[in-house]
Amino acid sequence: MQNVYVLGTGMIKFGRYPTKTVPELGGEAAILALKDAGVGIKDVEMFACGNLYQSNAMVGQRILQQIGQTGIPVVNVSNACATGSTAFREAFLAIASGMYEVTMAVGVEQMGKAGLLGGGGGAGGDPAYATEGRLGSGLMPAVFGQAGIEHMRKYGTKMEHFAKISVKSHQHATKNPFSQYRNEVTLDDVLNARMISYPNTLYMCCPTGDGAAAAILVSENKLKQLAGGRKRPRVAAAILTSDPWTDRTASLPDVSTLTRRASKQAYAAAGLGPKDIALTELHDCFATAELVHYENLGLCGDGEAGAFIDSGGGKHPGLGGHDPVNVSGGLLSKGHPLGATGVANICEVVWHLTQDERAKDRQVPNAKAGQAHVIGLGSACTIHVLTI
Amino acid sequence: MAEQAQAADSGPRPIVPFLKLQPKPHLMGSKCGNCGLVLLDTSRVACSRCGATEGFKPLALSDKGKVYVFSVVHQSFPGIKTPYITAIVDLPEGVSVRSNIIGIDAEDAQKNPKQLFDLPVEMITNVVAKDREGHDVVAFAFKPSKK
Ligand SMILES: [Zn+2]
Repeated sequence: MQNVYVLGTGMIKFGRYPTKTVPELGGEAAILALKDAGVGIKDVEMFACGNLYQSNAMVGQRILQQIGQTGIPVVNVSNACATGSTAFREAFLAIASGMYEVTMAVGVEQMGKAGLLGGGGGAGGDPAYATEGRLGSGLMPAVFGQAGIEHMRKYGTKMEHFAKISVKSHQHATKNPFSQYRNEVTLDDVLNARMISYPNTLYMCCPTGDGAAAAILVSENKLKQLAGGRKRPRVAAAILTSDPWTDRTASLPDVSTLTRRASKQAYAAAGLGPKDIALTELHDCFATAELVHYENLGLCGDGEAGAFIDSGGGKHPGLGGHDPVNVSGGLLSKGHPLGATGVANICEVVWHLTQDERAKDRQVPNAKAGQAHVIGLGSACTIHVLTI
Repeated sequence: MAEQAQAADSGPRPIVPFLKLQPKPHLMGSKCGNCGLVLLDTSRVACSRCGATEGFKPLALSDKGKVYVFSVVHQSFPGIKTPYITAIVDLPEGVSVRSNIIGIDAEDAQKNPKQLFDLPVEMITNVVAKDREGHDVVAFAFKPSKK
């Protein structure tokens, strides 16, 4: 395996772009990343594109039709919410394997107002056999609600702990111009908001929206030629796991075991531990998810997530916190355009490691290593560790 | 004979294949002949845990279990009445099933979540829809067991 570096990154503000197409959104992010890297599309040797809602429609090729049809190999990736991060990993592997020296990853999604509820359906298309709501709920809000309830059952975690995460993420988002929402909320706002699926209220659920993010990856050899003396982060770990068999996973997807296995592998590959990580972008599709991932990623011990939150854990050091998590505002505020999320998280980590302008109002001090974690329900988990 | 077949054909249908309505409603699993894992499926290619491809035996599952975790769903598809309780119910055979919980007030469950943990429950069935061919579609749910 050869070393892989992130030479350039780009993303558009997450939000709603009803008049644009998916290839346009993806193309805009790609151009931003290429300019940031100081290269052109003709320098790119391989392209991995992550998109979910149009996964049967050659989104990667359609992006190249927008920005330059150079005839390079394109891989279209779909891996639930881990779609973008899996595309990034494909672009990483293409270089790590020694086959290519400059690759591009784009994650893009246009969700409109589809919402996280997704489709219904039933056997043979007859809605009479649709099970949703009749045999419990398999929808994201209920699945992640139950993950929070499981923590409550095991450790006596309180509703307020989940709510505090939402307050923190909204506070973080006020400093991020790329965030879909940039409003602060109080603990009372969160607790009194409309319940979606207990214990997650409206502000404890990520919004839906559109977005795109991109990264240009290079080999060490190309880094020397192209970086012009700029220090660029190395991809120290690029881990992907699927759901191993655990006792209840067939009825309730086990997002914790999946993440723990990925986390162990990521720290080992990077030769680092949780204390070496200056910032974590993790998959807070719901506030309950963020809480369980504090423990899954080793930011605190098992059963300690409540105390971690109460002590300022997860909060930006500039706000008096420690072990910052989702300083971008996270999925809860920044938004969660499914295919774009995993690449955008990596952009955020890169910007802190390189003291990029784009993170200037929320810069985490002395950031030498950061991690980006994504879960795709069904299930997939990616963790990327970047170091400088 | 022909009349009987027709009568059976116009009868109720289970919403999922692992719900059996005869002789009385019950859930049906498959037990791995190699590692003993019980899966909530009527047919299997291989075992999720050990990968064995042979020796699966059908296993009728208990209609009694215990609630592991739950959530209260307040937003769902059109036609689904909210709020309702969704839960993971552990059955004594070592398999878990996702189900609605009835007979407990959903708002009360949120106020006092502990009452549901390990709550003994039993299965009931109910007609939830009529399919395009006019068959009643039968689903299952769990309710608190009688003391
Ligand atoms: Zn087995």
